[in-house]
Amino acid sequence: MKKYFLIIFILFFSCSEDNNLPEIDPVDDSYNRFIMMENLTENIIIPSLENLDSKLKTFNTSLSLFNSDTSMDNLSVLRSDFLVAYKAWQYVEMFNIGKAEEIYYNLKSNVYPVNVARVIANMNNPSLDLDDCSDTRPNNCSAQGFPTLDYLLYGIGDNDDSILLEFKNDSVNYKEYLNTVTQKLISNTSIVLDDLKANKNNFISSTDNTMTSNLNMLVNDFVYYYEKGLRTNKIGIPAGVWTFKIPENVESFYAQDLSKELALEALSACKKFFMGTKFGTESDHGESFKNYIDYLDTENTLSSLIIDSFDNSKSEINGLSASFSNQVNNDNIKMLETFDALQVTVRYLKSDMLSLMGVDVDYVDADGD
Amino acid sequence: MVLPFIKNYLEIRTPSSPLVVFRIFFGLLIFFSIIRFWSKGWIDFLYLEPTYHFSYQYFEWIKPIGFYTYLIFFTCMISALCVAIGYKYRISTSILFLTYTYIELMDKTTYLNHYYLVSLLAFMLIFLPGDSKFLVGSHKKSRFENVPKWTIDSIKLLLFIVYFYAGMAKINSDWLLEAQPLKIWLMSKYELPLFGDNLLQKNWVHYFMSWGGMLYDLSIPFLLIIRRTRIFAFIMVIIFHAMTKILFPAIGMFPYIMVISCLIFFDSKFHDKIIEFISKCIKFFNKRSLISRKVNITNSGFSKKISFNIICIFLAFQLILPIRYKFYPGELFWNERGYRFSWRVMLVEKKGYTTFKVIDKENNKIFYVDNEAYLTEFQEKQMSFQPDFIYEFANYLGDSYTSKGFRNVEIHVDSYVTLNGRRSERLIKADTNIYKVGKAIFYKNHIIPYKYEIKKI
Repeated sequence: MKKYFLIIFILFFSCSEDNNLPEIDPVDDSYNRFIMMENLTENIIIPSLENLDSKLKTFNTSLSLFNSDTSMDNLSVLRSDFLVAYKAWQYVEMFNIGKAEEIYYNLKSNVYPVNVARVIANMNNPSLDLDDCSDTRPNNCSAQGFPTLDYLLYGIGDNDDSILLEFKNDSVNYKEYLNTVTQKLISNTSIVLDDLKANKNNFISSTDNTMTSNLNMLVNDFVYYYEKGLRTNKIGIPAGVWTFKIPENVESFYAQDLSKELALEALSACKKFFMGTKFGTESDHGESFKNYIDYLDTENTLSSLIIDSFDNSKSEINGLSASFSNQVNNDNIKMLETFDALQVTVRYLKSDMLSLMGVDVDYVDADGD
Repeated sequence: MVLPFIKNYLEIRTPSSPLVVFRIFFGLLIFFSIIRFWSKGWIDFLYLEPTYHFSYQYFEWIKPIGFYTYLIFFTCMISALCVAIGYKYRISTSILFLTYTYIELMDKTTYLNHYYLVSLLAFMLIFLPGDSKFLVGSHKKSRFENVPKWTIDSIKLLLFIVYFYAGMAKINSDWLLEAQPLKIWLMSKYELPLFGDNLLQKNWVHYFMSWGGMLYDLSIPFLLIIRRTRIFAFIMVIIFHAMTKILFPAIGMFPYIMVISCLIFFDSKFHDKIIEFISKCIKFFNKRSLISRKVNITNSGFSKKISFNIICIFLAFQLILPIRYKFYPGELFWNERGYRFSWRVMLVEKKGYTTFKVIDKENNKIFYVDNEAYLTEFQEKQMSFQPDFIYEFANYLGDSYTSKGFRNVEIHVDSYVTLNGRRSERLIKADTNIYKVGKAIFYKNHIIPYKYEIKKI
């Protein structure tokens, strides 16, 4: 009987090797995910972060100027730099990966609506720690980042004059808090950017189809951002898709007329990432999810359906008013129609794309058959 | 009225060791798989964390029972160990069957074919004399060398059914003509060393493995039965299941269950050696052997006749159940009527995206449901492409909104499902209410027929 086992094992190993070794094809005809990761990282993720970094620094320079000369002109410059930086952020939010995930970069940068009471309380808190923000301790998350800048630049008075007056008197330390929040955004961005640059090669070569590989995390983050960050937060929640209308929950509520511009920017960021469009260009496409899908899709229809749905969403958003809170208050049907348009892409991403890629949405650690 | 050859067959006796070895390995395997399940935190994750549970029809009353769910798992684990060592065999197999099946029925989100197989095998063991020898702490003089041959053959027949029906299910146009879903799954295994980035990307490999898998499933039960091909077949079993484990690590305990179960096809001499080997090991640890040496020819527990009749009815049922889908109209892979409990293993790659709209007709209020407020990610994923889950959840939502004070509630569903690499299609008619429509009506009127035909036999 021992002989049987011996035979079984010898056969088992010899068979499996016979089956595998001689037939390896020297020509690698698989899709080259490394080149895709390289393009996405070097031409999109890092430049997006660098762009945000520089736009925040420009904002910071204007802030110093505003602090020394608190004038309406300088407030206007500051506000326009804010918009530029906030738009730059729209290209970064979907990469909640590595250091960004570790330091809760997203939660520290763009949780809205801002918690005004918390902001006021923080201004008078000498032991304030803005790093005290995580998924389990969310209180300080909505008292920093872009939504807080939005509140400070547009929301602390009824009109521009009274806002300027508040800064001039500065009886409640608005300037100091504006400065603290700005510095925090800048330092968080540097942490994420520096870490990614230092580990770029490792980052790019992590292309396995596993829960922890960067490729899969990018896929998941992309889908998650499109569904939650863009569709849910920017459109769905204010439009009251799940509950009732909440017009004050739009992005950049205090500036009022920026929400559409930011949403369009975010949508464009998604489309460009999907198509591998090099940052700062309109049609210089490199290897991307699109090409990867084309490699996997025997029907060859999915990538164009996804791109069409992006374009359709864009024209829906274009039909909205510059301020989403006005849109919600005046004609919410259009908001809901925009939501439905965005929903079409979610469907293609979450069912068709993930199915083809063999990537799981959630990575439930359980058996299958 | 019993036909003579059946009567003769019933009288044939055979050494009991294959059944005894099966019982030992089966018990140990379940014991360790419960430990594995527990240690991975799945009891909490799958049964305690979710607030809502998807039920099997007629078993809606079976739910996790809070913290005591752990007690069920513990009882199941201990009973599996008792089965392995042969302690109070009849009681421990009964408890094993009941607890294991209770666990499986708590939430159909976790349905797997091999879990179902374990339940079936545990059920059979209650009525089979797996306690013929090699028992610990038995008061009865219950060692006997021979058992009726049908008792061993019945397990072989169940395994035959499993493989053969699994093979038959693979004879469909997606599997054989499109090499789907293997194409999708194999191509996504590109990180496997040596062949992941080469062979697994090749078209001919997808077809080779699809056809190979089908032929394997159909032929292996025969090759295991025929003495001359048995060793070859068993090697094939090991290779095949090792391969599935390498390619699909998430397949869990399935390969082990099948490999160990297939040992039963070997003759008693082989199993005597295993028993001898285990005896030696045990003796090595204990000076006094734990094994009862007494001889008793009678079977304990149920009478032979009752056992035989139960097993016969059971196996007849198992022969019919997998083909019940023939009685349901529509595309089986799409509406999944009669899909479960039929050994359809790894046949479809489906992902869905499903959202629910609650409508208060009286006040004309409409809004979407946030699935995550009710379901875990795992449940949401499973719900999104399975019509019976969608139906059940929609009715649950309808009830819960009605009890919240909503009037004339309607539930509308937006559901898109992709099947074996095709573009996602709408599964359920848009803008129609599925709350409080009968289940038959739901399948008949609300599920949109699939626009592709997948040919099957």
